[in-house]
Amino acid sequence: MNNISRHLQLTQFAALLVVFFILCFAIDPSENNILWRLPAFLAAVPEMLNSSVEYAMFEWMPIQTYNPEIEDYEDSALLIEVTRSISRAVLFGIELIREILVGGQKTIVAFTSWDFVSENEWAVWPALPWTVVAGVAIILGYALSGRWLAILVGCATTYIAVFGQWEPAMETLSFVLVAAPASVLLGVFLAILAFKFRVFESALMPLLNVAQTMPHFSYLVPVTVFFGVGDHAGAIATIIFATPPMIRLTLLGLKGVSPEVLEAGMMNGCNKLQLMFKVLIPTARHDILVGVNQVIMQCLAMAVIASFIGAKGLGFNLLLALNQLRIGQALELGICIVLIAVVLDKLSLGWANKQIDYFADLSFSQRNKYPLMMAAILVLGVLLASIGSLIFKNEINYFYLIPHNQGITTENFWQSGVDWMVENWYASLQAFNKGLIINLLVPMKNAYLSMPVAATFVLVMGIGYIVGGLRSALVVGGLLLFIASTEWWDRALITAYMATFGVLVSVVIGTVTGSLCAQNSFATRAILLLCDTFQTFPSFIYLIPVIMLFGVTDTSVLIAVVIYATIPAIRYTVEGLSNVPQSLQDAGTMSGVSRIQRWLQIEMPLAFPHIMLGINQTVVFALFMVIIGAMIGTDDLGQLILKSLSDKHGIGNGLMLGLCVAFIGLAVDQILRTWAHQRKQALGLA
Amino acid sequence: MTNETSNTSDTAHTDNDRPVIKCDSVFKIFGENTTELMQQANGRIDVEAFKQAGCIFGVNNASFEVHKDEMLIVMGLSGSGKSTLLRCISKLTDTTAGNIYIDGEDLLAMNPKQLIELRRNKMGMVFQSFALLPHKTVLENIAFPLQVKGTNTKDSMQRAMKMVELVDLGGRENYFPRQLSGGQQQRVGIARSLAVEPDIWFLDEPFSALDPLIRKEMQDEFLRLQEMLHKTILFVTHDFDEALRLADRIAIMKDGVIEQCDTPANIVLHPVTEYVAKFTNDVPREKVLTCGNVMEDIATASDLSELKVSRDAIIETVAEAILSEEKPVAVVDENNEAVGSLHASHVIHVLFSKDQPGTSQDLLRAGK
Repeated sequence: MNNISRHLQLTQFAALLVVFFILCFAIDPSENNILWRLPAFLAAVPEMLNSSVEYAMFEWMPIQTYNPEIEDYEDSALLIEVTRSISRAVLFGIELIREILVGGQKTIVAFTSWDFVSENEWAVWPALPWTVVAGVAIILGYALSGRWLAILVGCATTYIAVFGQWEPAMETLSFVLVAAPASVLLGVFLAILAFKFRVFESALMPLLNVAQTMPHFSYLVPVTVFFGVGDHAGAIATIIFATPPMIRLTLLGLKGVSPEVLEAGMMNGCNKLQLMFKVLIPTARHDILVGVNQVIMQCLAMAVIASFIGAKGLGFNLLLALNQLRIGQALELGICIVLIAVVLDKLSLGWANKQIDYFADLSFSQRNKYPLMMAAILVLGVLLASIGSLIFKNEINYFYLIPHNQGITTENFWQSGVDWMVENWYASLQAFNKGLIINLLVPMKNAYLSMPVAATFVLVMGIGYIVGGLRSALVVGGLLLFIASTEWWDRALITAYMATFGVLVSVVIGTVTGSLCAQNSFATRAILLLCDTFQTFPSFIYLIPVIMLFGVTDTSVLIAVVIYATIPAIRYTVEGLSNVPQSLQDAGTMSGVSRIQRWLQIEMPLAFPHIMLGINQTVVFALFMVIIGAMIGTDDLGQLILKSLSDKHGIGNGLMLGLCVAFIGLAVDQILRTWAHQRKQALGLA
Repeated sequence: MTNETSNTSDTAHTDNDRPVIKCDSVFKIFGENTTELMQQANGRIDVEAFKQAGCIFGVNNASFEVHKDEMLIVMGLSGSGKSTLLRCISKLTDTTAGNIYIDGEDLLAMNPKQLIELRRNKMGMVFQSFALLPHKTVLENIAFPLQVKGTNTKDSMQRAMKMVELVDLGGRENYFPRQLSGGQQQRVGIARSLAVEPDIWFLDEPFSALDPLIRKEMQDEFLRLQEMLHKTILFVTHDFDEALRLADRIAIMKDGVIEQCDTPANIVLHPVTEYVAKFTNDVPREKVLTCGNVMEDIATASDLSELKVSRDAIIETVAEAILSEEKPVAVVDENNEAVGSLHASHVIHVLFSKDQPGTSQDLLRAGK
């Protein structure tokens, strides 16, 4: 029965393809032909969005506010006052942490005034010596998780300081230390609401779906309109960007708590608050921690991108270095970001796994061992810094604060490496590059662009119908209709072509590598560890080596896409294959299957639904990377989003473009997810 | 062991009129239109009409009482509604109709605050899958109900430590649940449910997830605890042997209905429905019945042998002695006064002729 229906699906697909090609050739490519391109029904929407946002920001609900400078009341819109106070609060938080770490005046100003600070010379918060920050971090690492984490933290902090990236790194850190907790709290809060109220959940879910497929850049445009530019705007964009996965994972965790544990909590006499915070949330700890992890990763990924709207720190410098094509420096900065990501990740995990000894009966000094050690480090560090000021006299005090770009640098080494590569490999790389572009990319791009809109609809909705019935077809069609009704259909096709290319290559590499590695338990563990590590890298980092090798071309973007998007493809393949039940493997062995037969007949069919979900992830990753690729020059939707960022009235365009990208992702998601779900049910895995 | 506890329950019946748990026509009905139908029914539930409307009866008209220090075991196969009944009484789910009284107080009329107070002070519950908090150690898990109540850390930890000793987990108090075996985890669950010294103890298939040997060990442990603590117990299981081994009284449920609620001996001797009889058929009677259950009238008292057996002695333990006597032996009560007689042939009759319909009259008589 199953066999017949599968063949039925195959014939359906074949028929669909035939219809698609007939339509492609039959439809006349003229601007007035509605079957060729839909008229841009939604062309006016961005402008409407702009004006309504402007109305909301500057005119809606005026309230009286007191302006101390002119000592009088003036009218101001409610919303702008609200966003201003949020901005101030966020900015205060960032600056407080930043000045504790690297010193400054702004926190003191916040409590007094600029006049006070300029009159009193002493009113400057001194920076902590980098040795103190590093020492405290090492002790923290030791206290939370033991020797190895301490060593890791020590290496990371020393690297950052010695390479002269201390200040920007601390700026980035202050940014993350504000954004990440805010995201986590907001995410948990919203997840609790969704858990408690069904209505809220069903309203939130579609929003989350869109939010998680919107490219990073699209978040920046609305944020600049509402919150201006600067560190706070970057932090707010990051919070908005990092919250959706937190909500989703927290909700997943809360729903996964076994009903008996909940009942046990109730029978132990918990009231509602205790039930939530002492039973449900701690029991869902694992998923929530994965969420926290995700938030930290997202924050660091966003740290680079937020520098477009004025967030200071490593990201900003990295952007600068990339723009100047200073690959060596970019590489060093990239490593700094990765180190911060890894350290924060491990520290947060260690913190969550801590336990208390109730009967230890310790003395005061034993109980407060770590705080005392930290205090000692503070004293020692300050002492060392003052000794340093005697040693280094008029030079830079390496024991206090190594100023930006005054440390050791390996830039020249990397740069000469790049130069060497360009010198020696230039011809072959360029040949590959040209060959790829002329023989593959350009024809593929043209093929995509020569698809009539009617044919695209038939193809995509047809696949939706075959896989998931009428409902899927309508959902996919609706998403597509939105994109087709904007003025950017051609751009969307270019984005789609790049993403398709990336996904195809990634999936081939991913499934092959994954299958090979899954044959051996050691290789399995190694490859999963590798995937874990690569996933902590902010997406932006991947652009560095490819620019190094291929310069600023489409090929660079595509290679970055492939590298980035291969990670989930490998991971899901390995997971899918190694989760095939042992009993089935044994049954296969006893039936005398060969290695290849086992792979084809047993492992692949069972792992395929899971691999499908991996491909789904691959699509989202590829889309993100294609959009980020706009920074090194593409001509798709991403480029337009980037442009709307510098446009004063860009919010309408920015949002609509973001939605276009999100909808491409969602359409693919709808089809793949439905299909994977059906297969899982058919195999009895769901 | 069983006879001793059944003994206490007998006295409890007479000493204490007010039951600790009293269920009065309790219904739990599942189905989308239950609320509407209930409003239309106006209090009187027509089971057939409800079933026609697509409702499912989790609990169907359950009425019973549990007295102080008594252990009532609710026995039924999966889907029989036994766990649902337990959850109605612990108010983990809402009861559709009927009344439940805990110590004479109307459970269903309680507001959330009163309910929390009741659970914090009077109730403890053990779960099938242990339901331990994975992020807390053994000690923290056991102290949890106390901390929820607001007991300070020092006192609650000391009390929890005592409970750790009580359930024989000394030395493992800083382990996490995942580091313990199933039996050990359930010991933690038991200790946690007893931490607040509740009067009423609910156990929901506490030993079903354990291996047979561990299960036996845990049952012994459980009996030891009950002998020490004398709780009022409502115990749910699907294991008939377990029920026979532990219970003062057994309520057998099928499709939400309590088919029979009686002492183990009476259930074995006089199953009232075919369904109950199916369970009792394969039961080794000599392990369940006491001499008092099967003795005859003392009419032939003149011709008794020297041997005396206690009324509460399980037949298995005295069978060899009785069978080696020619004459009937005297059955005596706790005051050593003869209350009945028992002849070897009668013992054999009771134990081995259970499937023959002709003997059912004898059995009926013997049971009384």
